[in-house]
Amino acid sequence: MVNPTQISKEIDARGSFCPGPLMELIRAVKTAQVGEVIAVLSGDPGSIKDIPAWIAKANHEFLGMEDAGGEVKRFIVRKSH
Amino acid sequence: MSEKLAMIVESGTTDKLMAASILTAGAAAMGKDVTVFLTFGGLMAFKRGYEQAPMVMPNEFKGMETMMAQTMQAKHIPHWMKNFQDAKEIGNVHFYACSATLDMFDLKKDDLEPIVEDVVGVAYFMKEAEGAQTLFI
Repeated sequence: MVNPTQISKEIDARGSFCPGPLMELIRAVKTAQVGEVIAVLSGDPGSIKDIPAWIAKANHEFLGMEDAGGEVKRFIVRKSH
Repeated sequence: MSEKLAMIVESGTTDKLMAASILTAGAAAMGKDVTVFLTFGGLMAFKRGYEQAPMVMPNEFKGMETMMAQTMQAKHIPHWMKNFQDAKEIGNVHFYACSATLDMFDLKKDDLEPIVEDVVGVAYFMKEAEGAQTLFI
């Protein structure tokens, strides 16, 4: 998976309700530099489909999703434009 | 796929405002232009001081208000207005007040939350809704 040192920012959206984690990710990607790698932690099961769908639609690069304990997943994206 | 979502929010009950706000946020996230036309109950819900307004549930959920309020607090479910505000922040989202409703209830634009940008009639909404996926909530 992605080398953790590549992740420049990790957002903890574990307590956030749908569509909160996605909204927090969008905000972080908006303010990031092109090429930066952002991670978001979400416990919302909707995120599993929502976050990759947004990344594809917004033309960023989805680097993967990994388990982060319990129901929580870590989604990793590189801002590509 | 339509790149526009047009929504008529007529209901002022919390369940439908929640649904409308989450749909708006999701549509804005997916890059759609969103037009929200607020009328009747939906417009009344956007009056200033909405934070103090009690939760309103429709008949089929009557009596569940207290339980819902507790659940929302426990699960950190944001107020529906927060979803609308987030949607506006990340996307191209516009809120319009129905002029007929304002007139009926003797309200002015200043009585509404600043997120509502203008007062319009139905014809303007129809123009904005051209080619859009349209919902009535």
